[in-house]
Amino acid sequence: MSDGAVLDAVWLTLKLATVSTLILLLVATPIAWWLACTRSRLRASVAALVTLPLVLPPTVLGFYLLVALGPEGPLGRLTQALGLGVLSFTFAGLVLGSVIFSLPFAVQPIQRAFESMGARPMEVAATLGARPLDAFFSVALPYARPGLMTAGVLGFSHTVGEFGVVLMIGGNIPGETRVISTQIYGYVEAMQYNEAHWLAALMVVFSFAVLFLVSSIRSRAGRLL
Amino acid sequence: MTTAVAGGLSLELMLKREGFVLDVQTALPARGITAVFGASGSGKTTLLRCVAGLETEAHGRVSLGETLWQDSERKLLVPTWQRRLGYVFQEASLFEHLDVQGNLDYGVRRSSVPVDGATLAAAIELLGIGSLLQRTPQGLSGGERQRVAIARALASQPRLLLLDEPLASLDAARRRDILPWLERLRDEISLPMLYVTHSMEEVARLADHLLVLENGRVKASGSAGEVLASVENPTIVGEEAGVLLSGHIAQHDAAWQLSRADFPGGALWVRDQGWPMGRAVRLRVLARDVSLAIAEPRDSSIQNQLRAIITTVIADDHPSQVLVRLDCAGTVLLARVTRRALHALNLAPGVSVWALVKSVAVIG
Repeated sequence: MSDGAVLDAVWLTLKLATVSTLILLLVATPIAWWLACTRSRLRASVAALVTLPLVLPPTVLGFYLLVALGPEGPLGRLTQALGLGVLSFTFAGLVLGSVIFSLPFAVQPIQRAFESMGARPMEVAATLGARPLDAFFSVALPYARPGLMTAGVLGFSHTVGEFGVVLMIGGNIPGETRVISTQIYGYVEAMQYNEAHWLAALMVVFSFAVLFLVSSIRSRAGRLL
Repeated sequence: MTTAVAGGLSLELMLKREGFVLDVQTALPARGITAVFGASGSGKTTLLRCVAGLETEAHGRVSLGETLWQDSERKLLVPTWQRRLGYVFQEASLFEHLDVQGNLDYGVRRSSVPVDGATLAAAIELLGIGSLLQRTPQGLSGGERQRVAIARALASQPRLLLLDEPLASLDAARRRDILPWLERLRDEISLPMLYVTHSMEEVARLADHLLVLENGRVKASGSAGEVLASVENPTIVGEEAGVLLSGHIAQHDAAWQLSRADFPGGALWVRDQGWPMGRAVRLRVLARDVSLAIAEPRDSSIQNQLRAIITTVIADDHPSQVLVRLDCAGTVLLARVTRRALHALNLAPGVSVWALVKSVAVIG
């Protein structure tokens, strides 16, 4: 394996994590809002469903996604009917898998932020003439900013560190679905421990930096409250 | 059905909660401060939230003048953001992510009627917050926060201002700081206000109209003076029992630093607080500060002595005492005496007495 392959894997990892994080925030924010506000009986089931990827082995999730996304699976039929083709073993499929897999990491901090805000700021906004959607953007989102930042950082780093789901639904196709974690796996398989060391160390440093960032966001948010 | 007051607030509300029922039917005046008074748990805040439309499970009818805000029979519930009202919450409720100016602008920008710069400037001036505009809520004291919250509510030009114990989260010194601003608010703008409180002092200083709640029901509603003086159905007994008189400064006695305040049934000498002649004042006379005598007491240190006739005698909160309602040339006074004194002096309805007023609180 060459330096080019490593750069490809790093580039693909960053691209995957960026795209996944953006989609993740768009999907997780309304779910978190619903979970924080609803009194529906479905709340417990939805909360459990969203948290499921946290406890399931990634291979289980990846396996079901692989089946569902395949030419005969329900999602696969849907994507083919929409003219998108089959998403398994493609970058788009990888994004979908990452979003689902990282969902709990994004939903929980945002939900906590909304819950700690309470109902009062939204009520205040209503008494000042803000319609609910307006109040959501002008009050709830600014209040939840530390939670959104934590969710973004955790979602990004979790996607970077993902291996099982990626391997299951992405395979290990250079330039298409081969990310850093699968690249390291490849090096180890090929007994190239030196190269594996470099990439693994890079991941350790990256993860440390991310956790450091998250905890400083939290303490800054704590000072604000 | 309650008889609506022209332009006023008409309420028929029913809200059932576990262990609590709010059941209120009343009509409130279109101007001035209506104090909503009652013990904690009597439903004051819930009533205010129903008026604002924040309790969506409440059933009934709410209208302000010609505007219908809720009519459950017609399945009408105007959402809070479409009701032109201002709400000042009990605890600081400023948006922490905006500075003071940003908080004020928030309501102005969303007002359903165009708000000109003069309205905002007037609200800023009225509450004295001109020097705080660039500050963040975190950097304000409790009193300053509440003043900003009131100005923010005013700036969006509401038709009704709801204040939920705006002073409750403040200490006594801050409360004294902010009360004059509220009096100014009452005197300078014609906006009707509902003011929730459990402080008799605030009622006496601010209220024109008084709505007393007990266990979710209306116990009394009327002008503050009448409700406080009504002993047939005593709303406030114990230490707080007393009357509220409206009068004006009619004479000064510079030699002794006293002023004479005249009210329809007589006059009372009070401490001279530098008020000009003719200045309207409120006089709060507590029942515990009024004694009774059969003959004119010529050698008493109590110089405020009023002729009156006993109209009613009712039980006070302790069996040893009674509240005596007096007619003082048309004005009601309350006196608290012991049952033993009542018996010894043969006091009964129709008896003519001297009311000796030991102390009067004069409220600006």
